[in-house]
Amino acid sequence: MTLGLINANPVVHAKKERVARSEDPHADDAVDPLEIYDHVRDIRDPEHPYSLEQLSVLSEESITVDEKLGRILIMFTPTIQHCSMVTVIGLCLREKLKDCFPPHFKVDIKVAPGSHADEESGDTQFIPIAF
Amino acid sequence: MAELSELTRHIESYVDTSRSPSEQVASLRAITSLLKKNLLPIEILVREMGLYLTSTDSVIRCRGILLLAESLDCLSSKPLDTSTIHSLIIFFADRLADWKALRGALVGCLALMRRKDGVGIVTISDALAVTKSYVHNLHVQSLAQHDRMLCFELLECLLENYPDAIVSVGNEIFYAICEAVDYEKDPQCLLVAFHIVELAMRLFPDLYGPSDGIVGEIFDTLGRYFPIHFTHPKGEDVDVTRDELSRALMFAFTSTPLFEPFAIPLLLEKLSSSLPLAKIDALKYLSHCTLKYGADRMEKHAVAIWSSLRNIVFSSSQEPVLSFDCESVDGIGFSDDDIAKEALTVLEKLFMQNSVLFLNLIVNDEDINLIFDNINSYMNFSNISLQSKRKIHGVGCILATAARSTVFSCNRIFESFFPCLMNTLGISILKPSDNMSPSGKHAVSGTLNFGALYLSVIVLEACRDLTVGSAQVASFPTHETFCCMLERFSASLARDFISYVGRGNETSMADVFLGVKGLQILATFPGSFLSMPESLLEYILTALVSIITENFQGTLSWNLALKALVNVGSYIEKYHESKKEISYMVVVEKIGSLLTAAKCMMPYSRKLEAVSEVGMSGRNYMLKVVPRLEEAIFTNLSDLYVNGYMGPAENTVRLLECYTNKVLPWINNSEGFDEVLHLFVINIWNQIECCKHFSTRTEEKDIFEATMKTMKFAVSNCSETSHNAIVQKAYAVVSSCHFFSWNESAVNHVEMRGLDISHELKLSIRDRWVLSLFASVIMAIHPQTRLPDVRATLWLFMEMLLKGHVPSAQALGSLVNKFGSKANGQSTLDEAMDIIFNTSISHADSAYGISMGIGDKSTMNLADLCFGASNSRLLQINAIVGLAWIGKGLLMRGHEKVKDIVMILLECLSSKGGRHLRQDSGQENCEQDVSSSVMTYVADAFHIMMSDSEVCLSRRYHANIRPLYKQRFFSTMMPMLQALIIKSDSLFQRSVLCRALAYIMSETPLVAVLGEAKKLTPVLLDALLMFSKDNLDKDTMYSLLLLLSGILTDKSSQEVVIENAHIIINCLTRMVSYPHMMLVRETALQCLVAMSMLPHSRIYPLRTQVLQAVSRALDDPKRSVRLQAVRCRQAWSSSPVTT
Repeated sequence: MTLGLINANPVVHAKKERVARSEDPHADDAVDPLEIYDHVRDIRDPEHPYSLEQLSVLSEESITVDEKLGRILIMFTPTIQHCSMVTVIGLCLREKLKDCFPPHFKVDIKVAPGSHADEESGDTQFIPIAF
Repeated sequence: MAELSELTRHIESYVDTSRSPSEQVASLRAITSLLKKNLLPIEILVREMGLYLTSTDSVIRCRGILLLAESLDCLSSKPLDTSTIHSLIIFFADRLADWKALRGALVGCLALMRRKDGVGIVTISDALAVTKSYVHNLHVQSLAQHDRMLCFELLECLLENYPDAIVSVGNEIFYAICEAVDYEKDPQCLLVAFHIVELAMRLFPDLYGPSDGIVGEIFDTLGRYFPIHFTHPKGEDVDVTRDELSRALMFAFTSTPLFEPFAIPLLLEKLSSSLPLAKIDALKYLSHCTLKYGADRMEKHAVAIWSSLRNIVFSSSQEPVLSFDCESVDGIGFSDDDIAKEALTVLEKLFMQNSVLFLNLIVNDEDINLIFDNINSYMNFSNISLQSKRKIHGVGCILATAARSTVFSCNRIFESFFPCLMNTLGISILKPSDNMSPSGKHAVSGTLNFGALYLSVIVLEACRDLTVGSAQVASFPTHETFCCMLERFSASLARDFISYVGRGNETSMADVFLGVKGLQILATFPGSFLSMPESLLEYILTALVSIITENFQGTLSWNLALKALVNVGSYIEKYHESKKEISYMVVVEKIGSLLTAAKCMMPYSRKLEAVSEVGMSGRNYMLKVVPRLEEAIFTNLSDLYVNGYMGPAENTVRLLECYTNKVLPWINNSEGFDEVLHLFVINIWNQIECCKHFSTRTEEKDIFEATMKTMKFAVSNCSETSHNAIVQKAYAVVSSCHFFSWNESAVNHVEMRGLDISHELKLSIRDRWVLSLFASVIMAIHPQTRLPDVRATLWLFMEMLLKGHVPSAQALGSLVNKFGSKANGQSTLDEAMDIIFNTSISHADSAYGISMGIGDKSTMNLADLCFGASNSRLLQINAIVGLAWIGKGLLMRGHEKVKDIVMILLECLSSKGGRHLRQDSGQENCEQDVSSSVMTYVADAFHIMMSDSEVCLSRRYHANIRPLYKQRFFSTMMPMLQALIIKSDSLFQRSVLCRALAYIMSETPLVAVLGEAKKLTPVLLDALLMFSKDNLDKDTMYSLLLLLSGILTDKSSQEVVIENAHIIINCLTRMVSYPHMMLVRETALQCLVAMSMLPHSRIYPLRTQVLQAVSRALDDPKRSVRLQAVRCRQAWSSSPVTT
């Protein structure tokens, strides 16, 4: 086990300004990536007092959603290649989204290709067992 | 002696540090009251305290001196003789050396120094002694915050009240100040410290020779604080803000011109800082310094200042350097950048102070000249790089600032740059013989060049601002160089601008924008400066008009041209340019005639917009435009009456809407239109009077409603005097209609026999118009207006309302609302009520009459009709609706007669009143249906009575409104309805009663309802469930839900909520899926969040139910509902399970 921080000096990005959406009072609002992003952007990083948005672990573009099939796919990018916190981050995301969407949505959480040394472990399907 | 022992006791209690602060304060208060009442001379006090004041124990000495000082502080308005003051101040001044007991000495000195003239003040020689003791003994920075503050206050007081003493101390005082202020960090102390420096520097305006070093040293102390960087947490109650500190420091900086050699370099250095706040502060200080230090001293730094200011202006503009949209027509191109703005302010001050020097700098500036040399590379707006745009914008700002500052600099700017710009644009001086016609496609003389165009427009604008500003000041030399130059070029410039507008399409917006802007500027030069030939103004105006009439497809250019035209109009109106007004009037005429011009292809909405906007730019124009609009309305209406109107119906509606929504409110705010409005209304009536047969097209509902609304608006805006004439006229027209069958004999007939409403309502289209317009007039008149024949009017409306004409009911409601109790010769309200309720109404109802075996004529009054005496359901409903409007009128004025109406309505609701419980077995079901729908109308009647109507009975229509009438009505009705609900025997009846109460609740202010929360909550929930079955009463349901959320969040009603938690949650979980209104679902979820705060034991059993309902809401089609659902789910699932 490493005793110090895994990434002691992460790059912190500015928070994006949140604009209120102008909504059409008559049409339905489909679930879109921004809505999902709004739910998860403020999750704190496990080892720094910054949000996942500030550390650029997540972005609006990294989320895809298909409302008809009820599928949500989130690709996140750990700050460093050998980050051992991916599992925790993945679990946080899953736990958060579980509360925000009805059960018929299937949520897939993956590590962005090439961003982690051990990409398989990012798949949080295994994590509940690990816990 | 008893007093003396008392005194000793007080002194001891104050000096004893083990006593509580409150005891000490009490003893101080006792001593000062003795002193104030002259029971104790101050000498005796001092003698008594002798030991404490000189004790070797520093703690006791400190307390003793402080007691003396504090009591002196309380005696600031008590006269003391000179010798007492002298000995006291010398004592305190002496004590300044005693650092262990310093607090008392400082407080004492301050108390004595602050005394006002007339009650005995410290002499100058004593003040000198204090000052000397201060300078020699005090080491301010080694003290604690409060003592430092006292030291600074003492010094400030000395500087303000005893400057002579300070001056005689000499330069020594500056060393003391430096020592005191140096490294001070407390904001409150600093505020005083900066003030001290300011005062001291003013006292010594010329520090010569060896004291030069002192100035440097003082500035060194001050300069460290610039720029003020001050971040204290907001929670702390430090009442000093950064701005205050910064201002105090600025005044200290500018207190003497001697600071100039130190201050200006420091400020220039900070200008290059990357901190925006430092830049802005530096610029602010710089402009203040410019004024205070004087031209001679600033001259030395001119070059350095100019170059840094120029760099700021060139570099600071942010992304959209040049924005060309409609909004920025008023102030072109200047960005909102604070730093650049501040820099330009400094520049303007410098120009005013030393024009020659700074103009030379501009004219010889390399960067500016480079732009002018390469101006040909800025041909096309879209091809210019961002960098160049910034540069060109910066140059524009600088030139405009220079030209705007003084006449001299304006001349110089024109001489140096204008010929070059004109050259680039290819503009030559136009000979007067040249033909100037906008329609003639003249050869485009100029070459297209955005840069030159932009700079010329911006300089012209500055020059116009200068002349308009100084037109007020009479002492302005008339023939300045720039005026002459402009006069020579104006004609060709105007032509060039027009060609830009014509050439520009929607892609080169910048050209169009600048062209229109240029035209507007040329047209708004004050006539006294620029003797422009009238033909030129006409030429410009015609060009703008032709854009409006021909180029109506182009949104931007059309809007810009209209806006420019409006600006020119309001300029002429504002500055009373009589010559120009003549030309402008032609334009107004021309625009006004668009409405009736059939040939013009312009869309009708655009025509209306142009006409109303131009009219609203000035009173005189409106006077011209209004007749045009009215003429158009008359033409359209008469077309409609006679021919059925060929044109599209929406044009007439638009026209009427434009008149009511835009023009009438404007007219309402300005004077002199009363006659116009009066005539308009009378003319509409004349028109109807003349036209005896209406075509069928007239039935169109939109036009009908728009006309009624216009009539109401116009009448309500008229004065009271014209109301009388209008009503007379309208009445005359109504009384000539055939449905109005009263003559003298008929009136007697009615009085004897009552109203006969046996005939079916067969009004012709014209009759319907006349009647509705008459009702509109009655709704909008002032209460004081005299009606020609009140009885006939009342009968007319009675008859019509029974026949189902709702405006008549509304008019009747307005009438009873506005009647005076004893008006001059008018019939009073009581008489009117008598007519309304006691007129017998006869009605032949063949269908029911026969089946019931009653004679074919029966007489009854309005109340009987409401109870269903006529056996005609329609008639009953009409009577109830009419009663509701009459009740509304009475309710709003707070008349007691409203009780009678309420009683009738309640009677209808209670089972005894209705006749529906007839035992006829065969008809029972059918009867039940009939009466049930009738009862719904009764419930709706309460809605009508309580809700605010836009149609009538509002402030706009001069209604008589009593304050708090809704609360009153609520508190009367609530117990009655509740009693009925308890007594009600059928489910249906109960639901109707609930509905009625719900309507009343939903319109009552929340505060009034909260008091009754306990009784109302069950009814409220019932009503909510009832309304949720359909979508007819969405709005009432929403306001009920808001009421519920008010009850949920109010502390006082917590108990009720806990008691009813189960049924409230039952209700809310159903509301969560209410499909017809998003706001209802959202509010229901918010209410559930509020419910989660209740005691855990109460809500735990309901948790599963809530979570199930909420998880369904997670799938809601609306995003905001989903968000609320997530919040609600978190609130309910995180409620502590274990506790």
